[in-house]
Amino acid sequence: MSISIIESSPGADAITPANSPQIRRERREKQLRIILPITAILLAVGLWEFLVWYNEVPHYLIPAPSLIAKTLVTDWSSLMQSAAFTVKLTLMSLALAIVGGVALGMLFALSRPVEMSLFPFAVILQVTPVVAIAPLILIYVSNTFVALLICAWIVAFFPILSNTAIGLRSADHNLRDLFSLYQATPLQRLRYLLVPSALPYFMAALKIAGGLALIGAVVAEFVAGTAGQNTGLASRILESSFRNEIPRMFAALFLVSLLGIIIFLVTSWLSRAVLGHWHESEIKRER
Amino acid sequence: MNDPSQNADQGELIAMRDVDKVFGNGTVAVRDMSLNINQGEFVSFLGPSGCGKSTALKMISGLLSVSRGSITVNGHPAGSGSDGNDIGYVFQEATLMPWANVYDNVYLPLKLHGVNKAEARTRVEEVLSMVGLANFARSYPRELSGGMRMRVSIARAMVTRPKLLLMDEPFAALDEMTRSKLNDEVLSLWESHGLTVIFVTHSVYESVYLSSRVVVMAARPGRVVHDIPLPDNYPRNVDYRMSSAFTETCKKVSSALEGTLHNVDLNH
Repeated sequence: MSISIIESSPGADAITPANSPQIRRERREKQLRIILPITAILLAVGLWEFLVWYNEVPHYLIPAPSLIAKTLVTDWSSLMQSAAFTVKLTLMSLALAIVGGVALGMLFALSRPVEMSLFPFAVILQVTPVVAIAPLILIYVSNTFVALLICAWIVAFFPILSNTAIGLRSADHNLRDLFSLYQATPLQRLRYLLVPSALPYFMAALKIAGGLALIGAVVAEFVAGTAGQNTGLASRILESSFRNEIPRMFAALFLVSLLGIIIFLVTSWLSRAVLGHWHESEIKRER
Repeated sequence: MNDPSQNADQGELIAMRDVDKVFGNGTVAVRDMSLNINQGEFVSFLGPSGCGKSTALKMISGLLSVSRGSITVNGHPAGSGSDGNDIGYVFQEATLMPWANVYDNVYLPLKLHGVNKAEARTRVEEVLSMVGLANFARSYPRELSGGMRMRVSIARAMVTRPKLLLMDEPFAALDEMTRSKLNDEVLSLWESHGLTVIFVTHSVYESVYLSSRVVVMAARPGRVVHDIPLPDNYPRNVDYRMSSAFTETCKKVSSALEGTLHNVDLNH
């Protein structure tokens, strides 16, 4: 801090917003935020490539990153088909989790008796590992896709429900009084007070549920096995492991992670876009 | 007996009769409170914490129900008879919606009442310039200082053009300078708009500087112990704050207040 002041002191009277130490520091930090993680990942991948090459590790144990990339290219069409399936499954389950979670969360927030009666079911759904229920669901539901959808939905649903219910209750009590004083209708109260108050909680839940929906989709498919023609990335991983095609397994795994990262980035961006101008969790503070 | 101020037109605005408030846990927040407040008065409820002054204010606004007795505001039982247009309420904290900018915060009461946009715009801009925040309409609450937030809160209370302004320790959390500035602003609002103000405070100086009448309350159970009319010497300003008349009045109100504190000590 003191150093940068000394640096700029010869032209102290010419400190403009564009070259003030603070702005410069911020810009440098911004660049580092992008450069550092990319460099670290590139280094790790490079080290991986080198170690595999140097130790002559056979590709059926650990494939080199270059071989994984090659597999991605050669198996592109089949992998993309599977990825599309997993994306569809994840997004649909997430959408259903949002609809169901928000609707039930609102019901919970409106009525204590409803919450007390239904909450145990939600908890049971949440605490029972999806791997353990999935075989049952696959038996009862004849359509595999629907069965997978239910499994993924169960996992993604709970955080949305519980955060929506808590969020709707978290409105400031003085603001509630204010709305009472001006005799707001229940709908006005919901729209102008409860929903905005619940938004930060909902966005936090969305970030979690997005990742969970993907996990649910992958886990459910693992349980379902490779049965069926139209299958997702998890089936590619299973299939490759049966056939000992390790590079293909890594390629599918890479796509699953990539999907998870994209979901995380999108939900984080959405959260910042919605809350950035007012909520503590997303406000960038000046230093 | 008391001739509170020149803009009093002496019509009775609020009548409290034998009001009790007992909370669910058995706490007697207010006991046997009877009080008449005329139009145009500036009344302070002064007392230690737990004396039921905020509870009394909430009952007058209709936010809390009475356990016994009755309160009428403008002839109607409290909390009914108006759609909230007649009452402005300022909380201890600014109580602004953090997701909405200053304009939308002030616009809220009008929006809830379905006032058309053009009319609302005029009114919001009017009250914002009244509290000196015309240039901050697009700012968010977090970007404002505590004093400015409180001004927004006052603007919001005034935007419906209420007859009655209820203020619940509005400036307790502000620094001394901001507080005395806002005191002057509230006084000038009161004088220029023909308002009736009930001002809850625990500061003797604040109550003496502002009010035409100080209602001193005691705790456990909350009750009225003194009802002190103050001299009608408006407009008051810094000179009054420095005058010996002011000091004398403060002494008088202080000793009345100290009596109530002494009572509490005996009870515990």
